[in-house]
Amino acid sequence: MTQITLNTLSSEIKDMDAAYSVAGGDSAVLHDHELASLVISGNKVLNANGIKGIVLETKETEHGVDVKMIIKKGYKIPLPVHLCFGLIPQDGLQEIGMNFVAEEDSAVELVAHCTFPNAVKIIHRMEAQMHVGKNALLKYTETHFHGPHGGAQVIPKARVKIEEGGRYYNNFSLVSGRVGSLEFDYDVDAEKDSICEMVTKVYGKKDDKIRIMEKVSLNGENARSVIKSRLAITENAESEFRGITEGHAPRSRGHVDCLEVIQGNAKAEAVPIVRVDNPLAKVTHEAAIGCVDKKEVETLMARGLEEDEAIDIIVKGMLA
Amino acid sequence: MLSRDGKKILRGVNLEVGDREIHSIIGANGAGKSTLAYTLMGLQGYEHEEGSLIFNGEDISKLSITERARKGITLAWQEPARFEGLKVRDYLAIGAKDNGGATEEELKEALRKVDLKPEKYLDREVGETLSGGERKRIELASIITMKPKLAILDEPDSGIDVVSLKEIVNLIQTFKENGSSVLVITHRKEIAAASDKASLMCEGVILRSGDPLEISEFFKNRCIPCDSRVSPPKAA
Repeated sequence: MTQITLNTLSSEIKDMDAAYSVAGGDSAVLHDHELASLVISGNKVLNANGIKGIVLETKETEHGVDVKMIIKKGYKIPLPVHLCFGLIPQDGLQEIGMNFVAEEDSAVELVAHCTFPNAVKIIHRMEAQMHVGKNALLKYTETHFHGPHGGAQVIPKARVKIEEGGRYYNNFSLVSGRVGSLEFDYDVDAEKDSICEMVTKVYGKKDDKIRIMEKVSLNGENARSVIKSRLAITENAESEFRGITEGHAPRSRGHVDCLEVIQGNAKAEAVPIVRVDNPLAKVTHEAAIGCVDKKEVETLMARGLEEDEAIDIIVKGMLA
Repeated sequence: MLSRDGKKILRGVNLEVGDREIHSIIGANGAGKSTLAYTLMGLQGYEHEEGSLIFNGEDISKLSITERARKGITLAWQEPARFEGLKVRDYLAIGAKDNGGATEEELKEALRKVDLKPEKYLDREVGETLSGGERKRIELASIITMKPKLAILDEPDSGIDVVSLKEIVNLIQTFKENGSSVLVITHRKEIAAASDKASLMCEGVILRSGDPLEISEFFKNRCIPCDSRVSPPKAA
């Protein structure tokens, strides 16, 4: 165990536990000292538990926390590291600075839950620098819950560097409750023989605004990437997707895949952009926006479901 | 009757399917066989325009797809839907919802009946990397769990290899044994031969109905050499 920071704000811990559960997490993992975990409420670190192979440092700032996490060279962390960021009040500002390094030959899975269950006027900003070392593996799953009011403005921004042979898998999901406003901006540099997979799944309702910007630069020979986006928007929600993949190196391969389902008065725009300046690179894309597939709906209706039930199952499946 | 862009697509369909009867619909491509299946299910764009559609003594021509399904009618498409993210177990359970649900063992048994190993398929996604043949089998399994009174199967053998044709025939027999009538659209002699009755369709018309082998022979000898879309053979 490399470091423990614990502020004994018991009621806040209880509130965050409840919020973590609402967001889909199992709060017991945040108190298991065999597991690495980090819990931040507003600008307070409620729990920071590192284990062997992980260096975890936190610094509270005026509106948030700066986090530094290093997975030491050669360490394969056997169980996921659990992260919980959130704000319990109806309003406030949270700024998370994340400096993450997976050193050479290390492997880790980070499971993050970001929860703002009562958000009426909340801003959550995350600025992340992520470094995936040579032959290292980072799986990062981030699940959000913003409550029913649509009052969260969430701005996650990450700059990711994947070194030779490194693997980076990012999975972002915001499908329960309201989105509010989401401005998602990830930019990845992928070096030789590296793999990058980014999946975003968002369900927008009412007047939610969703903006997703993902970019992968395939700088190294044989680097491979997939950007996959699944968005469902209904009522008056709006979404804008930009998926950019650049192939700069021989035998680099990339694919951008965006599927959006719209209903009601929702408005969607999807722009996959592929740029290639090496004749041996290949980048492909596909994007589709439309209503729910008619054959899927009619198949489920032919099994006895009402049309609304069928659409609900299909959309939830797409976002699962 | 059903018309599209002023052209009558189904114009002379007189068809009766008996209780626990396997009834094959045979005909050339473009004869209107799938259109007939979609019209019976009440799909959007295939609404019945004239005549009557009686199911168990009740006119169902104005009922929605869902209402027809809840009466016990269902359809398996020639090319099944993909359903990204939907687990096989959830898909199979949907059909059984109105019958009090399906047990885990019933879901597994439905997969075994279409020659798929439950441990391999039950927790996979329908739209995942499954082949067309696997999706077809899963769709048929979803009809097994539904236990319909009338199963309309649009070319259930398409995308499934010849070796498995016998299993499809057995499956159709199983539907019958479980109390279902089956209306099966097919080009396969083997499936027609396993039917109780067959009808020959051409240009939106049921030309004749009767013994499946006779109808198959008639189709082979009279329809295949004929350019049916120009001049349909006269009913004998």
